[in-house]
Amino acid sequence: MSREDQSLGLYVHWPFCKAKCPYCDFNSHVSSQVDYAAFQTGMLAEMRHLASHLEQPSKLRSIFFGGGTPSLMPPDLIAAILAEAEQIFGFATDIEITAEANPTSVETAKLTGFKSAGVNRVSLGIQALDPAQLHFLGREHSVTEALAALALAQTIFERVSIDLIYGLPGQTPVNWQATLRQLLGLGLDHLSLYQLTIEAGTVFYTRQRQGDVLTGSDDVVAGLFEMTNATMEEAGLAAYEVSNYARDGHECRHNLTYWQAHDWLGIGPGAHSRFDRQGQRVGLATRRSPQSWLEMTALKGHAIETECVETPMGWANEMLMMGLRLKTGIDLNLIEQKCGPRQLWLDQNRLATHFEAGLLQFLEDHNGDRLATTAEGRLLLNSLLADITR
Amino acid sequence: MTAPEQIRNFSIIAHIDHGKSTIADRLIQMCGGLSEREMTEQVLDNMDIERERGITIKAQTVRLDYTAKDGKAYVLNLMDTPGHVDFGYEVSRSLSACEGSLLIVDASQGVEAQTLANVYQAIEANHEIVPVLNKIDLPAAEPDRIKTQIEEVIGLPADDAIAASAKTGAGMAEILEALVTQLPAPIGDREAPLKALLVDSWYDAYLGVMTLVRVRDGVLRKGMKIRMMGTGATHVIERVGVFSPKPTPVDELGPGEIGFINAGVKTVSDAKVGDTITEERRLCDEALPGFAPSVPVVFCGLFPVDTNEFTGLREALEKLSLNDASFSFEAETSAALGFGFRCGFLGLLHMEVIRDRLSREFNLELISTAPSVVYQMHMTDGVRFDLHNPADMPEVTKIAEIEEPWIKATILTPDEYLGPVLTLCTERRGEQVDLTYAGNRAMAVYRLPLNEVVFDFYDRLKSVTKGYASFDYAVDNYRAGDLVKVSILVNGDPVDALSMIVHRDQAEGKGRAICIRLKDLVPRQMFKVALQAAIGGKVIARETIQALRKDVTAKCYGGDISRKKKLLEKQKEGKKKMRQFGKVDIPQNAFFEALKMGDN
Repeated sequence: MSREDQSLGLYVHWPFCKAKCPYCDFNSHVSSQVDYAAFQTGMLAEMRHLASHLEQPSKLRSIFFGGGTPSLMPPDLIAAILAEAEQIFGFATDIEITAEANPTSVETAKLTGFKSAGVNRVSLGIQALDPAQLHFLGREHSVTEALAALALAQTIFERVSIDLIYGLPGQTPVNWQATLRQLLGLGLDHLSLYQLTIEAGTVFYTRQRQGDVLTGSDDVVAGLFEMTNATMEEAGLAAYEVSNYARDGHECRHNLTYWQAHDWLGIGPGAHSRFDRQGQRVGLATRRSPQSWLEMTALKGHAIETECVETPMGWANEMLMMGLRLKTGIDLNLIEQKCGPRQLWLDQNRLATHFEAGLLQFLEDHNGDRLATTAEGRLLLNSLLADITR
Repeated sequence: MTAPEQIRNFSIIAHIDHGKSTIADRLIQMCGGLSEREMTEQVLDNMDIERERGITIKAQTVRLDYTAKDGKAYVLNLMDTPGHVDFGYEVSRSLSACEGSLLIVDASQGVEAQTLANVYQAIEANHEIVPVLNKIDLPAAEPDRIKTQIEEVIGLPADDAIAASAKTGAGMAEILEALVTQLPAPIGDREAPLKALLVDSWYDAYLGVMTLVRVRDGVLRKGMKIRMMGTGATHVIERVGVFSPKPTPVDELGPGEIGFINAGVKTVSDAKVGDTITEERRLCDEALPGFAPSVPVVFCGLFPVDTNEFTGLREALEKLSLNDASFSFEAETSAALGFGFRCGFLGLLHMEVIRDRLSREFNLELISTAPSVVYQMHMTDGVRFDLHNPADMPEVTKIAEIEEPWIKATILTPDEYLGPVLTLCTERRGEQVDLTYAGNRAMAVYRLPLNEVVFDFYDRLKSVTKGYASFDYAVDNYRAGDLVKVSILVNGDPVDALSMIVHRDQAEGKGRAICIRLKDLVPRQMFKVALQAAIGGKVIARETIQALRKDVTAKCYGGDISRKKKLLEKQKEGKKKMRQFGKVDIPQNAFFEALKMGDN
């Protein structure tokens, strides 16, 4: 693979939130006092350390500030991280720098500061446009605030995305389509639309185990998903990934790094890095607890806690698991280059069965060796993966 | 050697949990067979293992030395009997080696069905019976009511029943004394040619094949060349001993004595239970009556979950059969389940015990098919054969007649549950033979097709009587029946492991019930699945499992990979626990569970 094809991304994890949302299982913590200077020192050190893991650091094509709530970071801290990153790796000319933000007035007031620091794309966690739904999801903002934040963000940034959650109990296709239509009317080029999923370790998980019904039924949500795809398609935003919709050219480049199995480094508490090294796939993860991460970075210049090298089969599973999330699927030749002949990692009999059943397809315009789900198959991706991988 | 007048041989008859083992332990302890410390560390452990082994509770024997009130020393031989219906065969041979029995009845629970069957066997074996009411220390004990029950249900005088408690030790001295005074001493001629009953044989890892014997006439000695009258084989006795309860060598065994010999016998099957042992150079004139051989009546298929374990399963079955000649197995191939074995058992408990031992002692994960009975097939061309597997049923046009086994079942239940019990028996094509009451308990005797009982009858009985009923049966006879084979089709393909033979009147109901159960047991697949029940080409019931609608992870980014990969592996593990049938994944337990009629 040529160097131009190889893309390097950087992920920065900000592990704090003002409040913990009941559905969120990300590594986030509520803390009134955060030592920003200490985090800056730690993150810069960890970035330098991680760069030394790469065989040949290439220029960064994307940076993503995620969390937690990265919009709680001071713009100066973001600026410092970006300056260091540019110095270590260099930036590709078209670099995409995204920050996630919550649509509260306090945080949106900082958007200009983020822009000055170098951020060129924001992703707003709007989640819903209905007061009852926002309350159900434990969000701190109102519908009015959300719409104001979106309007403001669109004046500051050329590229704005929003996150929404659907499949809530009692949510009807009519209600959900109204939300989508309202937002599509606002000239968005990218939306992430997630089916509400109950993850272990969340408040919702506990409530569900106690018997609360917190999501729509599979049949209803499957219907909402199909309606979403149709509505978005009609508005010119293709479902380029299971939950992500964009106009051509507006896909989130950083997230494509994950799905296309490129290299990325992750700094901050609980951040993951994955990259190729000497023909193998290496995975790193740092300490999850912010306090512990601070202590370890102060001591060793990084907080890497686990380092694993994938087996060829594990790596192939990973590429299929991530690649088949994309509309464009994954090139089986690429996996073969890295993991060996396909019979080692692919059950071709089962593949043929699903091909015949119309759940999987080979895309014609990519030499016919690019495997992708069909519209029907995408909703069953986990079952398909469990069936075709070895 | 002990003179016959100083010997008493006895069995203990009791329902499970009525305290047989604890009373036995107490008696052993009182006769000084073991110290207090050995009691806890040895015998009980040993017996626990034996009890866990279930079927190989090979007639536990213990020799007790007891000095009676008359000042004389007696040898009391206790021969334990398995308590369950399936092992009636073993009960009968234990009983035939003794002159009397202790009948132990829980003073709060009363007589149960298994006790009844065994006590009748003891009466048939001319036993003197000593009734004992155990657990009289319990607040719920009602000795008077239970005495009446023994008299009414069994027909034994119970006025003199010994009130006992193995827990407090009450009544133990009375039991020992009653054995001496009430039981007859064995009779035998020491000078006559050797005549001994081969009561049991089993394989001991240290001592080799152990043969348990009861001497009728003559004397057994080390070095003696013996002949098995049934098989004609001759062996030289290497060791003679008794269980005290540890195996203890003695010089000889005389008339009335019970003990073991080791005689260079290679396998258990060479020491046929019920055979008569005599001396090669001085043969006795006539063999003892012996026993009817035990015949498997319940069959099921056992298949390894991991198909590579087939050889392991074969080895395990061979090992188990070393010690238990009463079950059979032969290789079987199933389109749904692969290579396995069709195994025959004495009854349902026997089947459970073997299955349990295979999984616990040999670490085998097994799929078992629903049990079936042996049908006698009469073909139009005059051929007759036994059908062990519904999947092997020939074409209907070639069958002249099918006969199925019937049993005579005895059910004891508190009378408040009698209604549901009678309904259950009627549903299962039962014919009432007798219905009697004793106090607030009812005894129902029914003739039932074994095929209706073999699977979940006992579970259902427990469920409709909240566990208060007890149940016993004996195979009765074979009768012609209007029987048909119901096939289950998954997406059009018959699943051999799910086919069953049922009465024509019940075919539709059962076929539908299975389809409904399968609908719950088989998870939704990526496509629609049709479940059908059919007789020949005629579909009699149909259910549909709708296709899975949604199974996708909504969020999957860089930090989620390792976790989501673990979930994927877990999902794959779950799939491995299924059997692929055509394109359809069927959970392993479905092959057994689907046929349970349950609460339909």
